[in-house]
Amino acid sequence: MNAVLQPGLTLEPLGDSAVLAVLGDRIHPDLNTAALALADELDRQRLKGVLDIVPAYASVAIHYLPLRMEVPAEQSRRKVESWIKQTWSHLHWEAHRQPQPGAEDIWNQSILPVPVCYGGDFGPDIDHVAAHCGMSVDEVIARHSAPIYRVAMLGFQPGFPYLLGLDPRLETPRLASPRTRVAAGAVGIGGAQTGIYPLPSPGGWQLIGWSPLRLFDPQRHPATLLRAGSRLRFIPTAAEDIDTASQASR
Amino acid sequence: MSLEILKPGLLTSVQDLGRPNHRALGIAVGGAVDTFSLQVANALVGNEPHAAALEITLLGPRLRFTQDAVIALCGGRFEASLEDLALPMWRAMRVAAGSILDIGRSQRGARLYLAIAGGLNCPRILDSRATALDGSFGGWQGRALRAGDSLPLSECFSLGRHWPRQSIGLRLARWWANPAPALTLEPIAEIGLLPGHHLPEGNETLFDTEFQVDSRSNRMGLRLESETPIALANQPTLSEPVSIGTVQLPPEGKPIILLADAQTIGGYPRIGHIPSADHPRLAQLAPSDRLRFVPNTEAMALQRLQQLDRHLQRLQDAARDALRD
Repeated sequence: MNAVLQPGLTLEPLGDSAVLAVLGDRIHPDLNTAALALADELDRQRLKGVLDIVPAYASVAIHYLPLRMEVPAEQSRRKVESWIKQTWSHLHWEAHRQPQPGAEDIWNQSILPVPVCYGGDFGPDIDHVAAHCGMSVDEVIARHSAPIYRVAMLGFQPGFPYLLGLDPRLETPRLASPRTRVAAGAVGIGGAQTGIYPLPSPGGWQLIGWSPLRLFDPQRHPATLLRAGSRLRFIPTAAEDIDTASQASR
Repeated sequence: MSLEILKPGLLTSVQDLGRPNHRALGIAVGGAVDTFSLQVANALVGNEPHAAALEITLLGPRLRFTQDAVIALCGGRFEASLEDLALPMWRAMRVAAGSILDIGRSQRGARLYLAIAGGLNCPRILDSRATALDGSFGGWQGRALRAGDSLPLSECFSLGRHWPRQSIGLRLARWWANPAPALTLEPIAEIGLLPGHHLPEGNETLFDTEFQVDSRSNRMGLRLESETPIALANQPTLSEPVSIGTVQLPPEGKPIILLADAQTIGGYPRIGHIPSADHPRLAQLAPSDRLRFVPNTEAMALQRLQQLDRHLQRLQDAARDALRD
């Protein structure tokens, strides 16, 4: 395991009604753990007038209503900032660094199994990924389904997970020209990142498989299957087993 | 009681004040792009500020009311008529059952709000009736309106003495709302800019440049074009959360201002942020409209936001009093 990376807090206004708490400037599990722990703690002690607390790779945005913060408007940002600073100074984020595999983490979630049909029509780019990485398709599948991934953040689409944990040997550049339509459930690799599309959309990632899980369902509560901090594992699944697999993991 | 869509217009959708509490799940705020005009329209017909109304874009729809209704049109300046009678904006009016409302082209501005007393009665999904066009949920079947749609209306509140039943065709309220100075539609919009983390050093070019709104703009973002592309100082290394009003600068040097349907996280440099008080005016910028950035301070931005808020409250109070009489 890498040495502990010491995150430092800097605050950046995002206009007149949001503040970005930046803990670092790269993708690193420790920075993400710190960001998730900070977002969680801020959420636990919400200030009145705060609308949204949005964690990302190494930062947390706090969206608020400057006229509803119970102080004169010109003091609203200072109030939000001192709340963030105080919460950060009391936070023991290191305690959450290494959740034990199989155990529930601080977010009380177990590891979600995500059935994936790899290759074929489900993953039209898997041959290209295998060729690019100099390995067989079976090895791509084995390496992609080996790790326990963590959702670093949700964004791009409702419930779209940016995952930490991709085997660096699977890194493959994005498509030169993005597809105009990628199906919901498509599993792709884009550079050093991997993820699943919750909704049909244009997309530039290399598609290696497809999952029947509904990552986003606005009628369900909660609407997204995953949240920042959730952990998951991809389970290679034959197309004919997909119905039973999606039933079992629902 | 329903509202029938005879022609949908360019992009007409059900919108309210959106879903500002779900960004952690990657869900955009959505809702009306011009929340000021939506709220005034709602106030004029006696609705709560968050009631669902129609957002009409650039070219309006043709609609038929199956029952008497009290309506108001607020936002950009659009041609509007009820059977050959030109309709005023920023004013409540009662239309008779069977009337056909025609909204034409925008003369200035991009978005018009049609509020109907009682509000549009679409199901609430994730705390809002707004249409999420990209996610295909909310509003009317998660999509823009089409010819043949029939939208459910809520039961009308008591129409009051201003709206005698015997009236035929159209009856106008005796009062109207003045949107200025909160919403003005100038030939060249002067839009405030709060500095962003990636604002280039020596940013005079940014403030000296006249931008034109690109026709690829949509509810996610207002795309700007200029003769000289804006040069970047430094690139962010990571995708980070953004806000409505954030001005992003992609590598080609043409800024994009994020609007209501914007993604929650972005990877482009943030050169600035538009003060909240200017968001209604941003929402009204149409393709080929021109704008200029004017440097703002946070103190100015908040002062202007308070003025906007007071203006809206005064209009809401006045409308409430007028409807009570």
